[in-house]
Amino acid sequence: MNAPENLKYAKSDEWFDPATGAVGISDYAQNQLSDIVFVEILVEEGEELTVGKPIASVESVKASSEIYAPASGRVSAVNKGLSEKPETLNSDPYGEGWMIKLEGGAAGDLMDAGGYETYCEGRAH
Amino acid sequence: MANIVEPTIFELSSPGRRGVTMPASDVPTTDLPPQSLLRSDLPLPELAEVDVVRHYMKLSTFNYSVDGGFYPLGSCTMKYNPKINEDACRLPGFLFSHPLQPAETAQGNLALMYEMQEWLKEISGFAGVTLQPAAGAHGEFAGVLMMAAYHKSRGDTRRVKMLIPDAAHGTNPASVGMLGFTVVTIPSDPRGNVDLEALKAACDDTVVGMMLTNPNTLGMFDEHIEDVIKMVKDCGGLMYGDGANLNALLGIVRPGDLGFDVMHFNLHKTFSVPHGGGGPGSGPVGVSQRLADFLPSPLVDIVEEGDDEIAPLYGFVAPKHSIGRMKAFHGHFGGGLVRAYTYILMHGADGLKDIAQYAVLNANYLQARLRGTYRIPYDRICMHEFVVEGRFDGSDVRALDISKRLMDYNFHPPTNYFPLIVPEALMIEPTETENKDTLDRFADAMIKIAEESQTQPELLHGAPSTTRFGRMDEVKAARELVLCCWLPEGYSDQ
Repeated sequence: MNAPENLKYAKSDEWFDPATGAVGISDYAQNQLSDIVFVEILVEEGEELTVGKPIASVESVKASSEIYAPASGRVSAVNKGLSEKPETLNSDPYGEGWMIKLEGGAAGDLMDAGGYETYCEGRAH
Repeated sequence: MANIVEPTIFELSSPGRRGVTMPASDVPTTDLPPQSLLRSDLPLPELAEVDVVRHYMKLSTFNYSVDGGFYPLGSCTMKYNPKINEDACRLPGFLFSHPLQPAETAQGNLALMYEMQEWLKEISGFAGVTLQPAAGAHGEFAGVLMMAAYHKSRGDTRRVKMLIPDAAHGTNPASVGMLGFTVVTIPSDPRGNVDLEALKAACDDTVVGMMLTNPNTLGMFDEHIEDVIKMVKDCGGLMYGDGANLNALLGIVRPGDLGFDVMHFNLHKTFSVPHGGGGPGSGPVGVSQRLADFLPSPLVDIVEEGDDEIAPLYGFVAPKHSIGRMKAFHGHFGGGLVRAYTYILMHGADGLKDIAQYAVLNANYLQARLRGTYRIPYDRICMHEFVVEGRFDGSDVRALDISKRLMDYNFHPPTNYFPLIVPEALMIEPTETENKDTLDRFADAMIKIAEESQTQPELLHGAPSTTRFGRMDEVKAARELVLCCWLPEGYSDQ
């Protein structure tokens, strides 16, 4: 599995980039979900979020999942193109697959890449 | 067999073909409505009767049904539906009655509804039952409405949280969302029970109640059910029971006795009303004494007592603080209630108990046969269903591949990817109607498929290969939503 070192990870499989404020779902999450067929971002630019607030709804052929804010802050950008191309979450979860950007807040209780990899391996068995 | 495609009924259409020839009119003609109200772009198919019959006859042979084979679709309780149900619901007295006719002229129907209410009360241990809800989730909605009305009637307006275990059916949070309550998810412990520590932490005076499926979607009877119920009640909450898995408990455990306040029945699961194909379902709801005044209106009751000579007079009554109607008329009467009534009558009290015992025995037999071949994450005596992981170490075979391969062995696949707390879940519910030979054939196929996943994984990835159609492109079907085979004039497909 792929978990870039510069990102922080939530137990519910979101990543947060402390440098840019970007939020998305991890490679592990997209792989578990399998082919993603629908994405709806539930928050708007300018909205103030607390940690754990639902920010998006993602559906794959297997399941439907809520995505939660891994950090607090004001929504400074929303990836509007994502709903047109939900498969981006599968092909590029850490790049083009970003969901929203947050500013002016603080990260929740997040893991670093190593900790997250160990956490995911623990779940595989 | 493969790839024989039947055209759609629209493709079979040919201008001028028809099923009946209209006789010459022998009544005065009248003018058509103005031209602006008529449309000519409705492409109604034109075929002879025989072509229509053959078309649908052919399509019906493409189908897999419980009348055709084993259907272990977990949590759906796809039991065989006895054919005497069909006779009963076609009796002229049921078939030709109208919901608007005066109650005095439909006494047989009302007597059946009254007895059905009484029987469901006896089976479940509840004080009152409504037959109105159209299906399970509709029953949940009715139940949650009553819970909300109860708290409101006491001026207890701070309660906004509903506790729902992560092993619940997805309809539970959806029903709660309909009322604007907040869902708090309670995790399961390693034995598949409600995690008592997490429950304790969530219990406070803002709790509306808890929605618990018992046995849950792992097929596990909660080992601390009494503690769970006590904890929720101690903080002033009400207990909702999701009756989807009632088949495991019939005649053995009564949810009302356990302390549940409200529960919906799925007549289309437990009581052999046909299931699937979109319905109609039927989702009566039972409630404890403290919710009885809030039941939907009307209920059927005896309005004039009878005696040895004269039958009682049945009529409709309204509970004191009723939440109102859940449905026009009286629920799914002929399609649901009459069939379920027949089923209960045919089995009797002992027969209902047998149903639960054989359902649980069959599930445990299958679980025992698959143990060692498939990983069973919550491995203890199960109730009416159990969940295995559809994956193997060192193999890229997934639950979906196993499901598709089962079709090559002429079995309907189990529910897959549910419950969400088991990776690559395969949820298997054989039901009580299956004999040992069928269970063995299914177990043999599952074990053979596990071998194939090591020796010939391409067989699984490419499955099914012996069915009329091969693997469907589920991703394309979900991403490109084309629901219509023709487009009206003026619409473009872009």
